[in-house]
Amino acid sequence: MSALAREVGPDDSAGRLVRPFTLTGGRTRPSRTDFTLITTVTAVDPPPERAPRPQPEQARILRRCARPIAVAELAAHLDLPVSVVAIMLCDLLEAGLITVHPPHPVTSRTPDLDLLQKVRDGLGRL
Amino acid sequence: MAGSDTTLEPVAPPDTVKILIAGGFGVGKTTMVGSVSEIAPLRTEEPLTTAGLGIDDLNGIEEKRATTVALDFGRITISQELVLYLFGTPGQQRFWFMWNDLAIGALGAVVLVDVRRPESSFAALDFFERRGIPFVVGVNGFHGEHPYPADDIRDALALPEHVRVLLCDARERESCRDVLIALIDQLIADARQAS
Repeated sequence: MSALAREVGPDDSAGRLVRPFTLTGGRTRPSRTDFTLITTVTAVDPPPERAPRPQPEQARILRRCARPIAVAELAAHLDLPVSVVAIMLCDLLEAGLITVHPPHPVTSRTPDLDLLQKVRDGLGRL
Repeated sequence: MAGSDTTLEPVAPPDTVKILIAGGFGVGKTTMVGSVSEIAPLRTEEPLTTAGLGIDDLNGIEEKRATTVALDFGRITISQELVLYLFGTPGQQRFWFMWNDLAIGALGAVVLVDVRRPESSFAALDFFERRGIPFVVGVNGFHGEHPYPADDIRDALALPEHVRVLLCDARERESCRDVLIALIDQLIADARQAS
């Protein structure tokens, strides 16, 4: 860990003063909540004709998700916080420039035996 | 993109699932992620509120730019249709509010324990127990050595009988894989029992 805070509570109502949020027009929350760490995003190719011309940072994202990529990986490669990337992805989604694939739903109430068996088999091959 | 001649075959996005690797600070979480991941562990850093800045302890921090919490993760491609992500949870207790987000939708967790200071993982055990999130315990031996049998550690941690305790070495791929398999086996057994 490179940076340590002594005490930070869950209440983060105090202002965030971090430069990457200038990329998001000052917004600190996505307008939609489609983007978890393991949500997969893919650039729409070719982009829709009426789509606005992407900003440079958006273009970087689009290049990175020419193939499906998870939000966390995208953020790590771009060296941007997930929270910032999620806001930018929102704009791209609303512009029709990306598609979103949600994670496999997991609930403790209705475990998915088939899924678990696939994971088990995959780990066995490691 | 316009002007690009290279056409990529369209690839269907895979389904994604995740497992958390938890435990106290410095217990070997990122080491474990790195041992089984098919990619070098990736890191994202999330900015935190500036509320803690005035009381930061800067000792030993070479480069300090902003208050962030780091999240290390790795990936295991199960098949073309299914990818497993492993997330090392932030070790310090004050970052727990992040755990809640992380825990949503997780298959389960591995709680790593260092026998030299097991108390550093109590909080993680507590977290998953209270939320009913399935977990197994991996006892990460210092230099791969295990002075205590698994059952003694289970007793010391006051873990219920059904929680599996495995002796492991976070540096070893096979060892980490076996811990993950034990977790999945546990989940499969639970699922069979429930149905």
